[in-house]
Amino acid sequence: MDASETQAVLSARSAARARAADYLARRHRFRWPECLPWLLAIAAFFLLPDRMTFGAQVLIMVMFALSLDLILGYAGIVTLGHAAFFGVGAYTVGLLIARLGYTEPISSLCAAAMVAALIGFGTGWFLLRYRGLTLLMLTLATAIMLQETGNLRSDISGGYDGLPGLTIAPLFGIFQYDLYGHVNYLYVLGVLGLIFFFVRRIVYSPFGQALTGIRENVRRMHAIGSPVHRRLVTVYTIAAAIAGVAGALFTQTNAYVTLAVFDFDVSAKVMVMLILGGTGRLYGAFAGAVVYMVLEDYFSKMSPTFWQFGIGLLLVLTVLFAPRGILGLIEGASGRAARRAGP
Amino acid sequence: MTVPVLEVKGLNRAFGALPVTRNVDLALEKGARRALIGPNGAGKTTLVNLITGALKPSSGRVLLDGEDITALSQAERARRGLARTFQINTLFRGLTVLENICMTIGERDGECNNLWRAAGAKRSVIDEALDYLDALRLTDDALKLVRELPYGRQRLVEIAVALAQRPRVLLLDEPAAGVPSSETHLILDVVASLDPDIAILIIEHDMEVVFRFARQITVLVAGAVFTEGTPEEIMANADVRAVYLGEAIPGGGRHD
Repeated sequence: MDASETQAVLSARSAARARAADYLARRHRFRWPECLPWLLAIAAFFLLPDRMTFGAQVLIMVMFALSLDLILGYAGIVTLGHAAFFGVGAYTVGLLIARLGYTEPISSLCAAAMVAALIGFGTGWFLLRYRGLTLLMLTLATAIMLQETGNLRSDISGGYDGLPGLTIAPLFGIFQYDLYGHVNYLYVLGVLGLIFFFVRRIVYSPFGQALTGIRENVRRMHAIGSPVHRRLVTVYTIAAAIAGVAGALFTQTNAYVTLAVFDFDVSAKVMVMLILGGTGRLYGAFAGAVVYMVLEDYFSKMSPTFWQFGIGLLLVLTVLFAPRGILGLIEGASGRAARRAGP
Repeated sequence: MTVPVLEVKGLNRAFGALPVTRNVDLALEKGARRALIGPNGAGKTTLVNLITGALKPSSGRVLLDGEDITALSQAERARRGLARTFQINTLFRGLTVLENICMTIGERDGECNNLWRAAGAKRSVIDEALDYLDALRLTDDALKLVRELPYGRQRLVEIAVALAQRPRVLLLDEPAAGVPSSETHLILDVVASLDPDIAILIIEHDMEVVFRFARQITVLVAGAVFTEGTPEEIMANADVRAVYLGEAIPGGGRHD
């Protein structure tokens, strides 16, 4: 090989290096389509002023699904008991108001996050040694046990009748919650924005990469020296805290809470939402929760007795035709468009 | 005499009533090139699993730099410089080749404890990863998903991942297994040119490779060390011929 050939090989190699380094360095950067869900959420505030109560519930489910995406979509932890943390958050706020008369909203949210994180850490440390079906059963059992604990002490929890009439103090001491839920909606949207910012940082961090590694191949993670259990407990605790905040917002915006927040239905529903939207994609939580909630609302008005059939059909169609969820469909379509447009 | 980097003392392991590793002693000096050979089912991979901590021994000890690591987890041993490759590719198939290496460096340096910084922000990690890929001629594949690579290229990624751990001891479990014979030389060239300071134990069936690569050979039969010695001694050993090598010895059989 003569000198000019060597030169050519070397420069081709350094170009390949630069390309590869660039790809990794840019991956976490903000992309414009990411504005879309937020713009839509703000547009909804102005265009659908009389649906803001419902809107707040949708945003709460987005947050709940986002917390599930962290553990299911990124770390590959399959759980059927994620309602446990939603419920713990919901009851932390409920009990603070009903039993202690503490009504300040923001600090209540923080308390809910901390209690849920504590329970997430405790149960996670124990049950994340297991995988697959065992883990599925253990997470399910966690939610049931928490629910039954509440039932056992119905003198405190209010049992299945719940805690009604929970009113919170004005937000920042100024903004009174109005009948139309306008303040509620903006409050929930603000909290969601903050939490989304955190989750996005985590997902694109080296820690987030390690979670993906655990999902992709746990044997390899052990072999390269990853403290797998510690990583899983960490993300499980974070997800529990976020689910707790979602639950807390649920209590605050509805002004009541019952033990139904721990129902298996709740755990299953959030998983369906996430799968519908697409797992491991951050925005799958948005797409899935919005589509699910809107269709559920529509179907239940259309046919109050058979509305679940519609949801079931939707799920079957998703699994058959969009196994990677709504976002998977969009990615596939935009990928095809990009290939058609250029080489 | 110097302390061996890796030492295995009286290692035993049984699956139920079936002993698969029987009283194995083994030592790797710094920069060792030792081959582990033996018939199918001799317990070679089990031994690797015991050394790396994927399996717990029934009795016996594993020492790294003279320090007892028998009680340590697989991950802890890996962090101390004990790396392996797998007989069947065990990679992050849905990630790019570059990400596979960066992940390894990230876990090695404790970077992965960071929840806040962007993963691609540390240029030194990416540059180091690309160095490994350069060395194994994988640079052009850096941004391809592992599952899109041909099996032989994936075998190279397997080695690159192990190298990115900066191991002091490297256990290669049939690095050329499953690779078309036209491509095995690519992998063997890489194996032959590995850092001379790393102590290497290689499991291999191809006797040509073994005799080319190894300076010592350990013969494992039915879970126990049958004999060990230099390639010449092993080749000359009539018992080894009888139990295992047979006609496979270069100069004596099918390869010439």
